Amino acid sequence: MQSPGALEISRRDLLVASAATVTVASTASLSHSQTNAPAASQSTKVSFTVNGERRELQLDNRTTLLDALREHLHLTGTKKGCDHGQCGACTVLIDGRRVNACLTLAAMHEGEGITTIEGLGQPGSLHPMQAAFVEHDGFQCGYCTPGQICSSVAMLEEMKVNIPSHATGDLLAPAEVTPAEIRERMSGNICRCGAYSNIVQAITEVAGRKA
Amino acid sequence: MRFDTPATTNPIDQGKVVGQRIHRIDGPLKTTGRAVYAYEWHDPNTRYAYGYVVGSAIAKGRIGSMDVSAAKQAPGVIAVVTSDGIGELKKGKYNTAKLFGGTEIQHYHQAIAVVVAETFEEARAAAALVKVDYAEQKGVFDLAAAKDTAVTPKEGEPDSAAGDFDAAFETAAVKFDQSYTTPDQSHAMMEPHASIAAWNGDDLTVWTSSQMIDWWRTDLATTLGIDKEKVHIMSPFIGGGFGCKLFLRADAVLAALAAREAKRPVKVALPRPFLMNNTTHRPATIQRIRIGAERNGRITAIAHESWSGDLPGGGPEVAVQQTRLLYAGANRMTATRLATLDLPEGNAMRAPGEAPGMMALEIAIDEVAERLGLDPVEFRIVNDTQVDPENRERPFSHRNLVGCLRTGAERFGWQDRNKQPGTRREGNWLVGMGVASAFRNNLVLPSGARVRLDREGIVTVETDMTDIGTGSYTIIAQTAAEMLGVPVDKVAVSLGDSRFPVSSGSGGQFGGNCSTAGVYAACVKLREAVAQKLGFNSSDELTFAEGEVGAGDRRVPLAQAASDESLVVEDRIEFGDLDKTHQQSTFGAHFVEVGVDVATGETRIRRMLAVCGAGRILNPITARSQVIGAMTMGVGGALSEELVVDKERGFFVNHDLAAYEVPVHADIPHQEVIFLDETDPMSSPMKAKGIAELGLCGVAAAVANGIYNATGIRVREYPITLDKLINELPEVS
Repeated sequence: MQSPGALEISRRDLLVASAATVTVASTASLSHSQTNAPAASQSTKVSFTVNGERRELQLDNRTTLLDALREHLHLTGTKKGCDHGQCGACTVLIDGRRVNACLTLAAMHEGEGITTIEGLGQPGSLHPMQAAFVEHDGFQCGYCTPGQICSSVAMLEEMKVNIPSHATGDLLAPAEVTPAEIRERMSGNICRCGAYSNIVQAITEVAGRKA
Repeated sequence: MRFDTPATTNPIDQGKVVGQRIHRIDGPLKTTGRAVYAYEWHDPNTRYAYGYVVGSAIAKGRIGSMDVSAAKQAPGVIAVVTSDGIGELKKGKYNTAKLFGGTEIQHYHQAIAVVVAETFEEARAAAALVKVDYAEQKGVFDLAAAKDTAVTPKEGEPDSAAGDFDAAFETAAVKFDQSYTTPDQSHAMMEPHASIAAWNGDDLTVWTSSQMIDWWRTDLATTLGIDKEKVHIMSPFIGGGFGCKLFLRADAVLAALAAREAKRPVKVALPRPFLMNNTTHRPATIQRIRIGAERNGRITAIAHESWSGDLPGGGPEVAVQQTRLLYAGANRMTATRLATLDLPEGNAMRAPGEAPGMMALEIAIDEVAERLGLDPVEFRIVNDTQVDPENRERPFSHRNLVGCLRTGAERFGWQDRNKQPGTRREGNWLVGMGVASAFRNNLVLPSGARVRLDREGIVTVETDMTDIGTGSYTIIAQTAAEMLGVPVDKVAVSLGDSRFPVSSGSGGQFGGNCSTAGVYAACVKLREAVAQKLGFNSSDELTFAEGEVGAGDRRVPLAQAASDESLVVEDRIEFGDLDKTHQQSTFGAHFVEVGVDVATGETRIRRMLAVCGAGRILNPITARSQVIGAMTMGVGGALSEELVVDKERGFFVNHDLAAYEVPVHADIPHQEVIFLDETDPMSSPMKAKGIAELGLCGVAAAVANGIYNATGIRVREYPITLDKLINELPEVS
């Protein structure tokens, strides 16, 4: 299935080359930094790697990593569900560890390596976790899904290195990928459509395949 | 196509594609982050501006004055649009409260301004600089206190009666009379309301998140005072709705007004903490249920009354409607009453009416069964009815509640349930099982579609139907594939665009059956056009299979019909009065096993099973996901979900996802769903019915009944939090 968005854009006559939207924040600030006007928005230059590609941005200091990805790099696979660290829809991987991108400012990630859902796989070459979510119907509306998938990929890595959870019985024994462990560790990712039962099956399958 | 006689054998009955386990065709887009939701539409040639909403800080009153000078001078600000500055806007047909416009404040967080800036950060910062002087008025916010002021609503059927309830109840061998409460609940779908509006002259395009494209288009045009033909709505992907995106919302109105003022496309998303008071919610109810029964278990009298509140001009939560139909009993009455409250607008949330109604009714049934010394499964079976109990001439189109209950009891191991509440203990856990019937009416709405066949043999379906996670893309593709004898990957489905034929939309669990029936109608027409083009006789018995059209010995590739030009047809399904002559409903049974911590009163769900009888299941994968999702929402309703009302200041206090507690992974065990193998030829040519809301109706009561079975404690006020259990739990040794 083709994305309706992609379909729409291809119908357009693109007369002008792609505008550099990443500069919007800084130019906007400059245009207002005149005498008697309030201080311009403070901005910072930051560079990091996103899905293996080096990106450099001049960003308002208040810009979250989430909005840097969505509004400046147009990587909208990472979702804004609450903007308050309550839902997990914005989960991305920073140097392999899962992070709520809405709870961290972009300027804090100089030189780091960020992986978003777009970096895990794409239609036609899905990451095993993406394929398992399709196979087990681990989603419905799809809005929490990128966060669930990023979170579950990092979560299995956490278990490999024996990071314990509230559900871990024996802190000295190797962590086991049980449904109870998965449910505990994935509880920061809310799915209001209620696909939890299917998501646990998808993650269990991937964990088994890797083992 | 007019559907006014029961469906006979048709191509859907082949079941080669429809009814098969086919994975979502939008799955790869959604799992890779390539599905584009409302706020994400991006044209690289456009410089978007950002709108940030300002909400009222009072629940009722007027705006005295609004000072936007500081906001206007803040960095990056392009425009500030205020409700008192813009004058009165017309209200859309489907809204109760105004979305924007005027100086009157009707509820807390009603939108009163939108600040437009170059960036999101600048718009948000500037929005905080808007100063508002209010003239606050005293409001009414407490349903229990306002209950006695409730009146009979002017619309709908607020009262129903058959036989003589009072007399029958008075003389009944067993009399039961109890009251229950359900709280205000929030949809809390994962994608907040969001819109991008772009004007091109007088033409307006809005990318938004809508369940009902045509309702939004109509109401947005009304609100803005422009011609509907000038409004183009796009909503191809929707991050959940559950009823909260049925009706036009503030983000679309604000984005359109802001874009007009800023002379640029503007993006507006409602911040999460804004949703619960700005939009709609499921209203709280107070319900009274009386049941009179004979000693053998037959119900002789049943009454259900419900009180809820809403803003002036709003409607009631119709929590009694299932009681008119679910169980037999010659003498019956229901009554719905509505109080005026100044809380945010109450409106439809998943299974409006039945969801809270079943939360009460199905506890009451459990209580009466116990009083009679009957198994609650058997008590329900004894009182089954195959006809509308208020009008015994009117049969159900198809009803197998008994089959759901019996199948579920067997599969769940119901016979192992402890007969004496509070007697099964496993370590710290008191363990119990609960059951409830599931019931939700099947609604039918007209639905249109356009179907195109091209020279490659690709079938394209276009309809303004939406997929809010329900699986519309997939079941529509299956329908077209079955009708035209092609595999699903030869079907392209385009949804959520107001340039396409108007569909049923997504709501009231009518979308699946009705939208596919509309596609069926268009495909029947396309089959006729193909036959004519390929020179078959109209009397031929045609088969469409494996990409070919055939009659007798002649086989022609389907694509050949479009070899010179694409064939395009359009049709819609319209429904006669089969839903009047026959009661169309969906049925099920929910079984739940719970553990209650004997020390803390914490309830954990251990096992869940739903058995559903809902006509043809179009896709067992997506249908099952609908049901497990609904079961999950039902667990939230049972154990944690409650919008807490500040009865002084008149707003929902816990208005975010930290404090409004929806179930998380750790709350939900593995869930089982069984679909009874059935069809309902009265519902549509698809012979399908709704499933999405059925899965919710009764779940919370099954949990409540399980908690009673585990502990012997009967809680009649939802949600069943530990504070309501802990005082009555046994002493911990």
